[in-house]
Amino acid sequence: MALTGVEIFKLLPKTNCKKCGYPTCLAFAMKLAQGQVTIDSCPDIPEDIKQKLAETSAPPVKPIVFGVGDRAVKLGEETVLFRHEKKFVNPCVFALEIKDTLAESDIQRRIEEVLNSEIERVGQKLRIDGIALTNDSHDGGRFDAAAKIIAAKAPYVPVIFCTDNPVNAETAVKLFPDKRPIIYGANSENYESMANTAKTCKAILGVAVSSDFGRSSGGLDELATLTEKIKALGVTDIVIDSGAKKAKDILRDNTFIRRAAVKKNFKPLGYPVITFAQREDSLIEALITALGVAKYSSIIVLSSIEKWKNLALFTLRQNLYTDPQVPMQVKQNIYKIGEPTSDSPLFITTNFSLTYFIVSGEIENSKVPSYIAVMDCEGLSVLTAWAAGKFTAAKIAHFIKESGIENEVKHREIIIPGYVAILSGAIEEKLEGWKVTVGPREANGIPAFLRSRAA
Amino acid sequence: MAFTPSKETYTGKVNSVTIGIDESTVTFGGEHVLPFHTFEGVVPHRPVIAYEIQDVPPDDWPENVQKPFETVSHDPVTWAKFCQDVLKAKIIALRLKGTHPDSKNRLPEDAAKTVKEVLSAINVPVIILGSNHTEKDASVLVAAAEAAKNKNCIIGKAQEANYKTIAAAAMANNHKLIAMSELDVNLCKQLNILITQLGFDREKLIIDPMCSALGYGLEYTYSVMERIRFAALMQNDLSMQAPMVGDIGLYVWKVKETQASETDIPQWGSIEERGITWEAVTAIALLFAGAELLIMRHPRAVDAVEKVIDEFVEG
Ligand code: SF4
Repeated sequence: MALTGVEIFKLLPKTNCKKCGYPTCLAFAMKLAQGQVTIDSCPDIPEDIKQKLAETSAPPVKPIVFGVGDRAVKLGEETVLFRHEKKFVNPCVFALEIKDTLAESDIQRRIEEVLNSEIERVGQKLRIDGIALTNDSHDGGRFDAAAKIIAAKAPYVPVIFCTDNPVNAETAVKLFPDKRPIIYGANSENYESMANTAKTCKAILGVAVSSDFGRSSGGLDELATLTEKIKALGVTDIVIDSGAKKAKDILRDNTFIRRAAVKKNFKPLGYPVITFAQREDSLIEALITALGVAKYSSIIVLSSIEKWKNLALFTLRQNLYTDPQVPMQVKQNIYKIGEPTSDSPLFITTNFSLTYFIVSGEIENSKVPSYIAVMDCEGLSVLTAWAAGKFTAAKIAHFIKESGIENEVKHREIIIPGYVAILSGAIEEKLEGWKVTVGPREANGIPAFLRSRAA
Repeated sequence: MAFTPSKETYTGKVNSVTIGIDESTVTFGGEHVLPFHTFEGVVPHRPVIAYEIQDVPPDDWPENVQKPFETVSHDPVTWAKFCQDVLKAKIIALRLKGTHPDSKNRLPEDAAKTVKEVLSAINVPVIILGSNHTEKDASVLVAAAEAAKNKNCIIGKAQEANYKTIAAAAMANNHKLIAMSELDVNLCKQLNILITQLGFDREKLIIDPMCSALGYGLEYTYSVMERIRFAALMQNDLSMQAPMVGDIGLYVWKVKETQASETDIPQWGSIEERGITWEAVTAIALLFAGAELLIMRHPRAVDAVEKVIDEFVEG
């Protein structure tokens, strides 16, 4: 666990020499505890203490950047076990498995699937982030040939090279110089040469212990020992795999790993977790992946990436990695549901994303094309926004005038949420020429409301 | 460095609830630990899934989830039998959708008749749900609870506006009760307390913190459920120890992702697989958050979730 300012202060030189830019060592200690300065700003801390401070102030799950450039993804940096405590930091990475035993055309096709996987959802671009090339052939030549295809076709996609053969790993990784790939396959037998390869190629090292279905958590002890040995060889960018494949084992191991890191600051397991979720049945694979998303995997390897499956998994990842303290917001705008004409009804609501989703969903269900004027209320729901003075007659009138909706619709009628019926008079006063209609209180009343208007 | 996994100590537990009568009862809840945390404590029962049926044909369900029931859904009794006998449903959730004023506006006595017919046709336990119209539910669920007297069903849902009558009816006729609040830990606690103050046994309650579909507020339901479980297990809060229900199908099968055709949105892929996955992923996420009872629609989604539950509870 991170040290407090006072605990850090005790370790500082206490000379108040000001070389760090702060008037006292205590002031510097406080800033350090808040993570606003780095230890390097004080030139007088002895080396051993510096290391101790660096270790204790580092996030419990080591931050690692996987890949380079626009497609690089961040791993780790997590600080909690439950999203209601604090935001989950770096959304887990999805990678498609490509076996080196596949025919070249199949390898090409799978790479294309990854390249074309991007979908936009509530303003975010979501995609399959990486490729995991597996050395199923155990043959160096085939592995190298497949790696060459990837290097040519998708040079900027982050890649995981899965092989326990250090020679095969090295040949493949050399095709991706300075691209920060992952070599997955250090185990208790090969770790020395694997660590060497990772070091020379500046790659991230995947460390795994084998697992049998249903074994106890003894593997984590072995895993911790292994990461320590590898760290002693100078490799610290590590991702770990307990070998868990079955749902029960994934949950247990990932929970123990995250707890050890977050609650005990146990460094040997303070690394991002990689989970292999491949299953024959794609739907089951989606559910095992959902387990990884919810329960602490940083990288999840998939055997197939159908569009329907991606959409569900991207959405789950997006949902669980939102900041629970900050309400999700929709951009202020006039949104069209269906294909509204100049006679279509106009609703107004706030930009709390849940409100918007529910209202737009109900309008969609009613099959009456409509406009929704979504007003920026800092992501508050209708009643809260009204109570906070953000959803007021004056502000609504101003927004409607500025929005340009008067050029889109011929009528001058606006439907307001039933909860703020009280505003109708004031809006009509401020918004000249407009008539206010009070809509239902709950969104699920909208279909009936629209139907009764049509009748 | 030797590693010893740290196990959590829990001070409370979730109530276990048994429904149904004679040889066909089902029990859920009862765990002393967070969901599926069998590695540090007792989980005596697996979560259960109820198949949802309606008193009126499911015209408002998307085509792909109507299809598995197309030959049986014209009649609630046939539909219920099909779920029990062919799909091996462990529980049937009968939603009295037709009583809603915007639907068929069926009368409480008609609803009661349907309840009786369904109950006499099947053995598995039944959840009886209103149409989520708080005023109408107050009369419909009273009639339904009487019609099902002593069959140990679950009656739902009691909400702030109607809990008094519904809880009284559940109590008088020996049923369990779902208490629903809207995505708020404090409102949930408050409603549970109000209901127990009426004399309703807190061990017969089931919490519905309000479901949301994947992509449509799932994270709210997820975190509210996690927090309710925390209160129950870590703080031993007696008013929060009821098992939780996720009314999955109702929320999932009205969102755009389960309805938009592949022709309209090609980048979303197969509409059939997408809908099933949407329901299954929403369900599994809420199991991780703490739900012990799920109400679902599509047989393939139910099967997939059951298979993953198997992986958690077996060996
Ligand atoms: S530079 Fe170091 S020793 Fe000097 S005041 Fe700052 S913290 Fe203290």
